[in-house]
Amino acid sequence: MAIINIISRYALPLFISVILIYGHMKGVDVYSTFIEGAKDGLTTAIRIMPYLVAMFVAIAMFRTSGAMDIFIFTLTPLAKAVGIPTEVLPLIIMRPISGMASLGILAELFNTYGADSLVGRVASTAMGSSETIFYTLSIYFGSVGIKDIRYTLIAALIAEITGFLVAVAICTFMFG
Amino acid sequence: MGSDINGVGVIWLFMMLFGIFLGLLNGNVDKVVQAGMEGAAKAVELCFGFIGIYSMWLGLMKIAERSGLIKALSKKMGGVLAFLFPGVPKDHPAMGAMAMNMAANMLGLGNAATPFGVKAMEHLQDLNRDKRRATDAMCMFLVINASSVQLIPATVIAMRSSAGSANPSEIVGTTLIATICSTTVGIILAKVLQRWL
Repeated sequence: MAIINIISRYALPLFISVILIYGHMKGVDVYSTFIEGAKDGLTTAIRIMPYLVAMFVAIAMFRTSGAMDIFIFTLTPLAKAVGIPTEVLPLIIMRPISGMASLGILAELFNTYGADSLVGRVASTAMGSSETIFYTLSIYFGSVGIKDIRYTLIAALIAEITGFLVAVAICTFMFG
Repeated sequence: MGSDINGVGVIWLFMMLFGIFLGLLNGNVDKVVQAGMEGAAKAVELCFGFIGIYSMWLGLMKIAERSGLIKALSKKMGGVLAFLFPGVPKDHPAMGAMAMNMAANMLGLGNAATPFGVKAMEHLQDLNRDKRRATDAMCMFLVINASSVQLIPATVIAMRSSAGSANPSEIVGTTLIATICSTTVGIILAKVLQRWL
């Protein structure tokens, strides 16, 4: 597993170096080309801002109101039925909505049950294999003004739930 | 409203109103609204941070574009890209930007993936005839993005390690299997649903 630590540590510097060295070798004026491209950073960040604000406001209000608890309460029997440990439920509900909030829940789960418990391992696997769906969709579609996103949300949600179920199954099989 | 409300819009509306409604029931509606305003401020703060990071990655992307690195990358991924996005011409800049986005996502460079992804969406929008409606390629691209293709969950490993795990990276294998399953299901669903929806 040492190889994994090496990869995750050196992926970023390697990625940057490859771009710079390849560019220089191909005779690209890397410095002024960098400046030219960097000009778009401001507009890209500003363009996604309203979508980010909309998401953050709704998530903050939803969480503060205690709506999460109601959701967890309602979904607990369903989770039990399909074999998802109920301790992981808050993470699974929060995951598609907010990356930061779900990282917070993951830290709490590690704290309460331990990172090497089954709950900790299922939570780690579920977290690492999923993405913040609503954030991703609203930013990317919003940035180009698409209003009709067709089946994207449904397909993404079903894919994510599949990932969660596989995470439970594979962890129970390997560590349980 | 009406046709402008799609899945994300409905969920957003629900989260806002349900939050206020529960706040009224619990008697902490002032706190709920306060949290909303703090969230708005935090989002803008985050965006200002993004300006620098996005500028850096878009600068590097320009170098990769001009040197032909992106073209080489999308050629390497040519077969996969052609299968996933049959509606996009092979040498269109959208292919290069999507290849960069996916490469960054696989390496776990989320901050780099977003500006590449937004660029890709701009190029895809150039090919789009109905500017309000997503194309098949856009839907496929976003389903893949939303289902995580990260090879090494670096953040989770780091958190496990600081939580005192005996073997922080033992979840890499299980994570990879779960990721592959979810992405495969996403791709199949997108391919099937694009015919009817």
